[in-house]
Amino acid sequence: MAMLLAKRLVQSCLILLGVAAITFILLYALPADPARMLAGRSATAQTVENIRRELGLDQPLLTQFLHYLGNLVQGDLGRSYAQKTEVATLIMARLPATLTLMAAGIFVEVLFGLTFGIVAALNRGGAIDRIVMASAFVGVSAPQFVVALLLLYVFAATLGWFPMSGYGTLAHVVLPAMTLGILGAGWYARMARSAMIDVLNQDFIRTARAKGLSGRRVVLRHALPNAILPIVAMIGIDIGQFMGGVVVVEAVYGWPGIGQLAWQAIQQVDIPIIMGVTLTSAFAIIVGNLVADLIAPMIDPRIRSH
Amino acid sequence: MRVLKELCRQPAAVFGLVIVLAVVFAAIAAPWLAPYEPDNQMFDGLTLEGAPIPPGEQFMLGTDTLGRDLLSRLLYGARTSLIIGLVANGIAVTIGLFVGVTAGYMRGWVGGLLMRFTDLMMAFPALLLAIVLAAILKPSLWIVAMVIALVNWVQVARIVYTETRGLVERDFIMAERALGAGNARIVLLHILPHLVPTAIVWGTLGIATTVLLEATLSFLGIGVQPPQPSWGNIIFESQSYFQAAPWLVFFPGAVILLTALAFNLVGDALRDILDPTQRGRG
Repeated sequence: MAMLLAKRLVQSCLILLGVAAITFILLYALPADPARMLAGRSATAQTVENIRRELGLDQPLLTQFLHYLGNLVQGDLGRSYAQKTEVATLIMARLPATLTLMAAGIFVEVLFGLTFGIVAALNRGGAIDRIVMASAFVGVSAPQFVVALLLLYVFAATLGWFPMSGYGTLAHVVLPAMTLGILGAGWYARMARSAMIDVLNQDFIRTARAKGLSGRRVVLRHALPNAILPIVAMIGIDIGQFMGGVVVVEAVYGWPGIGQLAWQAIQQVDIPIIMGVTLTSAFAIIVGNLVADLIAPMIDPRIRSH
Repeated sequence: MRVLKELCRQPAAVFGLVIVLAVVFAAIAAPWLAPYEPDNQMFDGLTLEGAPIPPGEQFMLGTDTLGRDLLSRLLYGARTSLIIGLVANGIAVTIGLFVGVTAGYMRGWVGGLLMRFTDLMMAFPALLLAIVLAAILKPSLWIVAMVIALVNWVQVARIVYTETRGLVERDFIMAERALGAGNARIVLLHILPHLVPTAIVWGTLGIATTVLLEATLSFLGIGVQPPQPSWGNIIFESQSYFQAAPWLVFFPGAVILLTALAFNLVGDALRDILDPTQRGRG
């Protein structure tokens, strides 16, 4: 176990290093010039040159990258070009908002997905099953920003139940979390349904039923714990999906998280912030997958022998 | 033919297929179907106060904030979405096949290196990467297609890799090798044909993802640039107006949803038909 963990940790670090390298190359090979952006339209060539030297952009790419990596291992993500603040500070200040949103979104997702998936599995082939599966399909095909705008239109602009945008109270979280959650719930419902059907077909469920246990007890105590594994694994993978989706959702709802930070930085070609957010997201994805892999054997001991 | 027949037996797949065909038809026949020029900012396309006109007799789906006919823009937008869908997925499936087959067939350090690279790409926040690339490069239809291809090939590569690994172990490949067939011959004549169903399924499902991704990028203003109409940029242009003119978000949104849904339904049904082991799985 410890050996496995160590191996996975080393692998994860290598992947993170790779992500850093690729993002770095992509960002610096691209035609946008951060020095020119910072200097403004009317700046002279000399000013642009000075800014470039100040930011270290005149150095060879490899030197810049090694310099960046050297700082990175010390937890230093560099300084924002436009805001002149430490990127790590900026990200840490925004992270709680994004994590709140993510947690709320995952909660909505799992709650809806599990409930509907189980209901569908218990009514397999019936009308309810069909309706749930059809809705799940619509959910996974819906464009996030359209759902966000529609929710805003109905529940904020027309009904006035929730604020249009902003951050701070519980009411602010509801619509963004629903946007993230409703769409993802489709995946969970499909997953939960097929996992439940697999489990319900097994002998021990028949035994439990034969013993005369109530239907609810069989489902909740015997079937569900065995069907939960793929769902736990999915939450881990899902974190990655969320990190991309938050850029859109935060942009629509004016949610002050790292998605919004990234979006502003992208428009200003503020490369250190873009790098920082990309690495933070990659880190979250890697940790999510790692946690999913580590939790799996705890829930299902059969996996331990592998 | 057999596939088409089986497809027609599933109501959901038929529904999807009908919409797919309708979108293809709209894209091809846009110049004849559209009641107005998509870029024409009509004088009578705005109310006297300068607001867009709601759906009605003259403009079936209403007009946008510049007085252009929404229906005409949506029809031409189908072209944009389909072109990007086909180009991006064509490239993504090609790269995916190339990487997957090479890694699965070569094994050794080449295969290992390629698969480690795909692992690495899996750790990338795909949407964020697409947004960064699209924003920094000069956005255009082709750039959007490239960016999407760059993000979408990874999954294809992983599936193709697993399938190739399975194929290489099979007896008929060994037999070919024993008969003295070269690597190129084995890959081209005996491995690739077996991967065609996978390529078709993931190509189809990929179009659903692409339609959504293109719309998202265009909605953020970094995808297809106006005045060229795309379903995403129609919403982008009118989002600050959406309380007064909800049809400008509702109709393009519905079209995006239906198209993505249709390609998902068809792709899913194809997967069931072409690969029975996956039947009923998420």
